[in-house]
Order: sequence, then C-alpha cells, then structure tokens
Amino acid sequence: MSARIPVSAIGDSAADLVATIAFLSPELASRIQFGWTITVHILFASLSVGLAPFLVYVTVQEVRTGDRRYARLREFWTKVFGVGFVMGTVTGIPMGFMFGTNFGSFSTTVGELLGGPLSFEVKMAFFLEAVSLGVLLFGRERVSDRFYALSSVLVAVGAWLSAFWVLVVNSWMQTPRGYEIVTEGGTSVARLTDPVAAFLNPRFPWMYVHMQNASIIAVTLLVAGVAAYFVRTNRESDAWRTALRLAVVVLLVTSAFQAVHGDAYGRHVADTQPHKFAAMEAHYETGQADLHLVAIPTDPEAITDPRAENLYTISIPQAASFLASGGDPTAEVTGLDDFEFESPPVAVVFWSFRLMVGLGFWFIALGAWGTYRCRRGDLAEADRYLQLLMASAPLGFVALLTGWYVTEIGRQPWLVQGVLRTAEGVSPSLTSTEATLTLLGFVVGYLGLLAAFLLVCKRFVDEERDRCGVGDRDDADGTTDERPREVIADD
Amino acid sequence: MTESLSATEPALASTSAYLVEPLPELWFGLVVATFGVYLLLDGFDFGVGVLFAEADETERRRFLAAFGPLWKANEVWLVLFGTVLFAGFPAAYAAILGRYYLAVFALLLALGLRGLGSKFRGERDDERWVRFWDRCFVVGSAAAPFLLGAFAASWALGEPSVVAVVPLLAGAATVALVTALGAAFLCAKLESPIRERLVRRGRAATAAYAALGTVTLVASVIRYPALRSEIQSVPMGGLCIGTIACAGVAVAAATGNRYRSFAVATAGLAVAFAAFIGVLLYPAIDPATGTTVADAVAAPLSLNLTTGFAVVFLPLIGSYFVVLYSLFDDPASDSGQYQHG
Repeated sequence: MSARIPVSAIGDSAADLVATIAFLSPELASRIQFGWTITVHILFASLSVGLAPFLVYVTVQEVRTGDRRYARLREFWTKVFGVGFVMGTVTGIPMGFMFGTNFGSFSTTVGELLGGPLSFEVKMAFFLEAVSLGVLLFGRERVSDRFYALSSVLVAVGAWLSAFWVLVVNSWMQTPRGYEIVTEGGTSVARLTDPVAAFLNPRFPWMYVHMQNASIIAVTLLVAGVAAYFVRTNRESDAWRTALRLAVVVLLVTSAFQAVHGDAYGRHVADTQPHKFAAMEAHYETGQADLHLVAIPTDPEAITDPRAENLYTISIPQAASFLASGGDPTAEVTGLDDFEFESPPVAVVFWSFRLMVGLGFWFIALGAWGTYRCRRGDLAEADRYLQLLMASAPLGFVALLTGWYVTEIGRQPWLVQGVLRTAEGVSPSLTSTEATLTLLGFVVGYLGLLAAFLLVCKRFVDEERDRCGVGDRDDADGTTDERPREVIADD
Repeated sequence: MTESLSATEPALASTSAYLVEPLPELWFGLVVATFGVYLLLDGFDFGVGVLFAEADETERRRFLAAFGPLWKANEVWLVLFGTVLFAGFPAAYAAILGRYYLAVFALLLALGLRGLGSKFRGERDDERWVRFWDRCFVVGSAAAPFLLGAFAASWALGEPSVVAVVPLLAGAATVALVTALGAAFLCAKLESPIRERLVRRGRAATAAYAALGTVTLVASVIRYPALRSEIQSVPMGGLCIGTIACAGVAVAAATGNRYRSFAVATAGLAVAFAAFIGVLLYPAIDPATGTTVADAVAAPLSLNLTTGFAVVFLPLIGSYFVVLYSLFDDPASDSGQYQHG
C-alpha cells in the first residue's frame, strides 16, 4: 500500500472520482479522515491557545483600570472565543475516539503510552477550561472582578495545559523514548518504562514552543486584521487603535522569535528524523545539500512531482548541509534514496515547508513595518498597510497548518517513528465502506461547520461595526466596498 | 510490528506490582463511574433538548439560559470516560470502538448537533437560521442518548452490532430516562407556570423508563439465556429494587412539587443504569471477545501513574463542579439572565 495519496487518480473524470472514493482502502480513508479532522480542529485549538493570553490581558486591564476600551475588546473577543471553543470541542472529541475506531492496532500497540497523557489532559486541563469558560461567558455580572479575571487566567491555563499533553503524545510519536517492546502471546506492545523520558522526549520542548508561538502569531494576525478593519471604519475608535498597536508589536516579537527558533528546530529534525529533513528539501541523493530559498514550478505539473524537479529555484549552495550539521557546509546529508523505507509524499512536504517559511518572513515584515508606523505615531492612518493586515488576517492559520503538515506528513511512513508504520496501525476490523462513509460525513459536516462559524463571526463583526458608528444605514450588509471612502490620505 | 530502532534502555526496572492489589478492579469501577456521571450530567442536558421540542420561544430561551453555563463542563465527562477506558484498558478500547464504528460516529454527530444547535441558534437574527439550529438541537438531544444507551447495552451484552432488539430497547429507555432527568432539572431551575407541564412530562417519562426498562430486562433474559443466573444475582436484584424505588419516588416527588427530591430520584435512575452495565460486564471488560478486566488492564507502572493523577485531580474536578453549580444555582429568569453581556 503506497503511503502517498494518489492525487493523480482523482479528478480525471467524475466516474473515476466515484470509483476512487468507493475503493478507498480503510487505511487511506482513515488517514484522510484524521488529517481533515485535525486540519479543522487545529484551527480552533490554536484559536483557544492564542486568544486566551490576549483575553487575560484585556480582562486584567479592564478589571485593574476600569477602562471601557478593554471591556469592549474583552466583550468582542470573548464571544469569538466562546464559539471557537464549542467548535474546538465538537471537532476535537471525535479525534480521541478515532484512535480506537480507525487506528485500533495503533491503540493496542502503544495505548499505554498514549492513554495516560490523554487522560491527564482531560483531568488537568479540559475540565478546568470548560468550567472556567462557563464563568467567563456567563458570569460577568455574577462574580467579583477579581474572580472574573481569575477565570480568564484559568481558561488560559486550561488551554495551554491541554496543548501540553496533546503535544506530549504527538512528540512521543516523533521521537519515542521511555518504553520497551514486550511480546505477550504473539502480540507486541510498547510498555512504559520511564514516564519522564517518554513525556519529556527530545522533540517535546521544540514542538511545544514552536506550536504555541505559532498559535499566538496566528491569533495576533487575526486580531490585527480585525482591528485594522474597525480602525478603517472609525479612525477614532480608541479600543481598536489600542488593539492594533498591541497586535503589530506582538507580531514583530513573536514572528522574529519564531524564525530564530524554527532554524534551530530544523537542525533538531535533521538529527532525529533525517528522512523528514531530506523530504523538506526534496534531497534524494546523499551528499552536500543546497537550500532552496525560492522555488517556483516551471510548469503546473511540477507541483505534484514527488522529486520536485523542473523548478525554477533560488538556492544557496551547501546551505542545507550547513543547517543540518550546525555549521559545516560540506557535511553529507542523507538523501531519501538511501533510507530503507519508502519516502513520505515529498511534494506535499516540500511545498508546505516553503509556504510556511515564506509566510513567516512576510509576518516579520508586517510586524516590523507596523511597529515602525506605531513609533512614528501614524499607524491608524497607514491605509494601505491596514489593508494588507486585513488581507493577511487568515494567513497565520495557513502557516500553522502547513507547518503541521510538514511535521505529520513528513514522518510518513511511520505512525510512531521507527516503531510502527501507519499501515500497521489501522483497525483490522475496519471495512472500506465504513471508513469511506464516515470520511464523507466529516468532509461535508465540517465544511458546513466552517461556513456556520464564519457566518456567526460575520454577525459579530457587523454588530461591532454598527457600534463603531458606521453601518446603521439601510444597505449595511457588511461588505467593505459600500463603506464610504475615508478622506484620510494613504501612506 | 517493527522492532524499535531507538528504544532507550529502561531507566526504571519495570515495576511489577500495582499500588494496591485490586487496582484493575478499581479502574474498571472508575470506567463505569465516569460513564454514570456522564449519563447523569449530560443526561439532563439531553432532556432539556428533548423537552425543547414542544416549548415556545420564551420557554426555549429560559431552557437554554438554565443549561447554558453548565453543559460544556458536563460533556467533558464523556471524554474522561473515553480516556479512562483508553488509559486503563487500551486493547479493549480499540476493540470496542472498532466494533461499534458507525454507532460511535453517529453518537459524535448527535453530540455535535446538540452543542452547535444550542450555541448557534441565538447568534443570528434570522428565522430560518434559528429554526434550523433548533431542529439540530432537538434531533441531537434525542439521538445522542438513544445511541448511548444502545451502545452501552451492546457492549455489556457482547452484541456485535447496536442494531439488535435489546440494544434498541435500551436506547429507547435511555431517551425516556434523560427526559425525566431534564424535566427534573428544569423544574428545579425555573419558576413559572410551565412547571406544571414539565411535571407531567417528567412523570410520564419516568413511568416510560420503568416500563421500557422492564421490557428490556425481560427481552434480555429471553434472548440471552446465559444471563438468567446473572440476573437472579443479589446485585441485580438490588439494582432492580433500587430502580423501582427511585422511579416511584420520582413520580411521587414530581406530583407533590418537591422538585429537589424529583431531581435526586431521577439521578438515582441514571446511577442505577450505569451500575447495571457494570454488573453485566464484570469480570469481562469486553464480553464479545471474552476479554476480562485482568487480561486487558494496562501494566502496573502506567496504571499506577494514571491512578496517581486521578487521585489528585478527581477531587479537584469535583470542586470545580461545586463552584460552577453554586454560581449558577438560582432560578433562570425569563430574560435569560445567564446570557452574556
């Protein structure tokens, strides 16, 4: 069974498409289902992780200073957080159950290493977050200021602890430690031998820092984009000018940190998962490796070319060798051809990585320019820049997802690196029909969910725009074009 | 299965003993207990959803105001049940969920409809939008307990599918049970003339649960002759008597306007239901394959560790619920005073 999703098999004709879906193997259907589910879930999980510290900041400021600006920001973003949390729960609960339904052999084999941390997540984090959120959403008039501020802190602690245990599980699958393989009655299972080594495995700190920071960046861009929209609606809005200033400065700091951290993280990946590093660079033959800064396909088919050839590239010779070895430009980098197991889908990993890194540099530029305008004191008047911020609002989530694809698709064919292959992890009882049926359900259902979420958010934005003093006209339907042009000069 | 390429040397010698000797049995008890708490807490949420179907707009807002701050926390018990089963009995977790594949996803779908319906309906002023999410809320609230009951019964009886006579009966009984729970909860929460109707619904649902429970039990004995001796056992007898007593008290309390007693008695029905499942299962954890608790339980080190976490955190979780329920313990008003802002 090829680990690669047969993209070429889809799309020839409608009949072929039907045939392809009807004959999805349980493994392929389960992988697409899990991948799609986590794609949607991760958007909302990251929204919680990234938005929670921002909510703590505005809530604590509101309680401390009594400033209406912060109450306004708190009210708006708490509503978004509340809906996002329900979306995160609805999309997240199936994932834990999928370990049992779709990846039963995986659960049987390494369940001892996964079940514990997942139950810790629920006990330590999920309850805390769900209970505190009840207070945060419904308790503003019922509890003291101090208790209310505390509940925002507890929501954030819950969200961050939740991510802690989920990433403990995931990082263990990348760099498994602290276990031994025991064979009992013909079946081999992984048995926990050293919890500290297993939970704080080598990948964990890298992944946790990178992922949490990515979530903050994604939410910061979202806050910046929304604030830019409201500032353009009403330049005098103190609340949104405050949010805008805060967001661009946070964006600069976090995205610059992410670049530095990501560089070191890359070296760690080269050490621990050399085949993933080779896939990121589409490096096939062992030897010195160049770093492709920019890659553009010369014809569209090159995008799906697993060998990533026929590309127009701007490359730094030997730079990948330099990065992988931590300073030696002549270091040999093992090519994909030299691994005894099959390669991951290289094209997906190669392009996802490029998109993530490219977006990362764009975020640094946005943060730097915004911080500069902020220091000059005319950030709210920088009209073209505000438009760029609005256009960039969803891009943090795009970067976060592509980074996740590099991590997850890049480790194929392993489910647990060096221990269990993906093909070996699927439930033996699972039929093609069952798997395909639920996959279709998830695709249709989650698309509907995303649409509903966006409609609800549009309502929040419309209401807030009306409060900003513009939009109380008959034609107010939320489109930006109908907004009267401001007279303030562009930068 | 490929042998590990990078397994480290075990730093601790594999611990060979459980913290206490009956720890596997205690974990089995924890699995059943978390299931019971979930059935109880989210049960009244489902009941609110079922009763929502025939409520008018004002009542609907008050129903939602009453359960709004609580249901998200209640639902977490399902996830706890899943992870406790996974952590304690990983192989059984995989076998059970794999067997009832479509039913599990149908349950998750129903839970999704319930959660999104109640959350989304109020987020836009659009008649069609509100009606659509109302329908999702009602359908999800009725389908989830039905599937939960059918799933629990198939698991306990070792049926390969939930589409069998006894599981379907158990599903119907569970819907009646949650309706009684929901009516009791709303009666305790709301002060208004609709209480009278809720009392009627609650009494009818309790009676329906008692009747359907009896039919389910009789059908089980007919369909699964091996169960006869089990059903004649002392714990089963006790549970039957307890169920009848709770049902009687619930009906009487509802009739006499003693809403707290009504709530406590219906809660007893939910606890007895979970205990039935536990007694039917033990000593197996997965009767369909004959896997016992002793066969499937996780090794000592990991079970001891998760036990340590449970001992520390379960009381803490209990205290969160005490705080949450006491914060929102006064009657919900017509204006839906729990609504934010």
